[in-house]
Amino acid sequence: MAKDLPVSDEYKYGFRDKDVSIFRTERGLTREVVEEISKMKEEPEWMLEFRLKSLEHFFERPMPMWGGDLSELDFDEIVYYVKPSEKQGRTWDEVPDEIKQTFDKLGIPEAEQKYLAGVSAQYESEVVYQSLQEDLEEMGIIFTDTDSALKEHEELFKQYFGKVVPPTDNKFAALNSAVWSGGSFIYVPPGVKATTPLQAYFRINSENMGQFERTLIIVDEGASVHYVEGCTAPVYTTNSLHSAVVEIFVKENAYCRYTTIQNWANNVYNLVTKRATCDANATMEWIDGNIGSKVTMKYPAVLLRGEGARGNTLSIAIAGRGQTQDAGAKMHHLAPNTSSSIVSKSISKQGGKVNYRGLVQFGRKADNAKATIECDTLLLDNESISDTIPYNEVYNDNISLEHEAKVSKVSEEQLFYLMSRGLGEQEATEMIVMGFIEPFTKELPMEYAVEMNRLIKFEMEGSIG
Amino acid sequence: MAGSTLEIKDLHVSVEGNEILKGVNLTIKGGEFHAIMGPNGTGKSTLASAIMGHPSYEVTKGSILLDGEEVLDMEVDERARAGLFLAMQYPSEISGVTTSDFLRSSINAIRGEGNEIPLMQFIKEMDEKLEALEIDKSMAQRYLNEGFSGGEKKRNEILQMSLLKPKIAILDEIDSGLDIDALKIVSDAINDMRSEEFGTLIITHYQRLLNYIKPDYVHVMMQGRVVKSGGPELAKRLEEEGYEWLKEELGIKDETVGQEA
Repeated sequence: MAKDLPVSDEYKYGFRDKDVSIFRTERGLTREVVEEISKMKEEPEWMLEFRLKSLEHFFERPMPMWGGDLSELDFDEIVYYVKPSEKQGRTWDEVPDEIKQTFDKLGIPEAEQKYLAGVSAQYESEVVYQSLQEDLEEMGIIFTDTDSALKEHEELFKQYFGKVVPPTDNKFAALNSAVWSGGSFIYVPPGVKATTPLQAYFRINSENMGQFERTLIIVDEGASVHYVEGCTAPVYTTNSLHSAVVEIFVKENAYCRYTTIQNWANNVYNLVTKRATCDANATMEWIDGNIGSKVTMKYPAVLLRGEGARGNTLSIAIAGRGQTQDAGAKMHHLAPNTSSSIVSKSISKQGGKVNYRGLVQFGRKADNAKATIECDTLLLDNESISDTIPYNEVYNDNISLEHEAKVSKVSEEQLFYLMSRGLGEQEATEMIVMGFIEPFTKELPMEYAVEMNRLIKFEMEGSIG
Repeated sequence: MAGSTLEIKDLHVSVEGNEILKGVNLTIKGGEFHAIMGPNGTGKSTLASAIMGHPSYEVTKGSILLDGEEVLDMEVDERARAGLFLAMQYPSEISGVTTSDFLRSSINAIRGEGNEIPLMQFIKEMDEKLEALEIDKSMAQRYLNEGFSGGEKKRNEILQMSLLKPKIAILDEIDSGLDIDALKIVSDAINDMRSEEFGTLIITHYQRLLNYIKPDYVHVMMQGRVVKSGGPELAKRLEEEGYEWLKEELGIKDETVGQEA
């Protein structure tokens, strides 16, 4: 989508723009910072209380000692809230020029015109642009930023907010709950089917920035929606933090697909909690692509709590030099006839570390539930590392669980074969890698698949020899 | 334009330190069909892999010239772009890459940047060749060699050869795993390539392929060398009498590599 030439050889979205923010909190996290954020946002008292309680939990909770190495993550160095502009735009003309130019470079307005039903663009801590096609608005679909949703739809908001990912879930869910800002709020009324995707784009611009968006999606009975998010950031030598919480409610017979193409710069810690609940015969699909970041820890989950509910996770993770991708999926079978499928494709190169970490749980009521797990790893060299860490918890005898795991290297024979047909080593390797992740790319809307292939090609450059 | 010439001179090749080829000499010119015969284990496939540059095969001595250019100095892909082709005995499977995408990428790699094949022309040429080789069109959309039967893989190799139009092709046991009908179809496709611009080296240990493809020259390999060359009459005699007379004539007891006369 972006047309500009890459700024660095490694990462093409690494450009930074001048700081135009109109307000930012002091570095570090205190009770005062949280109060200030809440005050800036003119929030109801209950939200401030929620934030402060979450903050206490964050302080109490120890750092996770598993997954990626978080020892260099210094919470005192982070700026927790940066307000980029006075108000949110409904048209791109209303967005401050400098910020609009950033999104132009990222190709967002262009993509919006071509194939998106709605777009949300978050810059630093706030959503600076939000649009939804009129016909979708007329159908009763709400697509807004989460802060506005709290103001404009407080009752609906309160009913769902924090209900599937409580602040006590983990340290970073607590952190997000304390300092959350921005994110998307989507409500799709019963029976309404949004046929084209809604997209949110998240951009960090400042150094040592913490982005803590909070997304809440409610797909009512028999409705369907496809939401896509992308994210990038400039390259800095210091660390930034992205810690989102995503909560999704898929009601009876409803369908939700959530596609992520995470392409953070290699100085961003990406520690995200994503969870959906599925009522009877509902379907939730996580399509999760992790390319960038320094450390990613992310395990999209589905609570299959209604009979016949279905959960799918299809993910790819690519780890290069200095990167750890600790990603996976969680499926909780809590009702009869529920089914789930996890397909994880991991690629590790130049000494990168990529892990699949997953949980499949069958509760006592999960009669006749089925789950399949397929983990494939492709190592591009001898210094790269991969682990597969599947956990299964089974409290019901009448279930079926299949697990398949495969680790392969790009083989000499395959390379020789392709090169003997005239393809250079680079091109041949790319072809093998693209083929490996094809089950993922074929699930993306066409435009994203093209972009994804471009990103992968870009990632593979210089990884040979 | 006259055809190309591939000259193999005193070629010595080792695999994991064991010398397999011990001085092969062979010249193939455009317009010529050569057959290399010989029992298993005499170095035929090693010769094929070494010409194409397989990394496991180490050339310790000798040279391979294509129109005077040293092939041994070229990477595998450069050899392909220079006009060499190897139809492999065991083609690799590439998951997630459709046969047609692969074919187009290969054709474009050979044709070079700025000279890519127009999409419609590619489709037309591919469809023609698929039909000629009696390959189901759905194969173009299947992943390269994945789940292909032995016969399908061999046909796919010949499909690639017909589309890439090499100057010199080495066909390594292209007849193995083919039933008689498929053998005829594949042979027809190879015969269709016959022209002044195309030379081939056909490796086989069955005579039956040569009932369909008439070689101009026949060579026999034993103990890592070409021990006998002749015309089509040599193949005929081998078919009728086997290899024993030749071994006797040359004083060879065991024809496989590692056994000295």
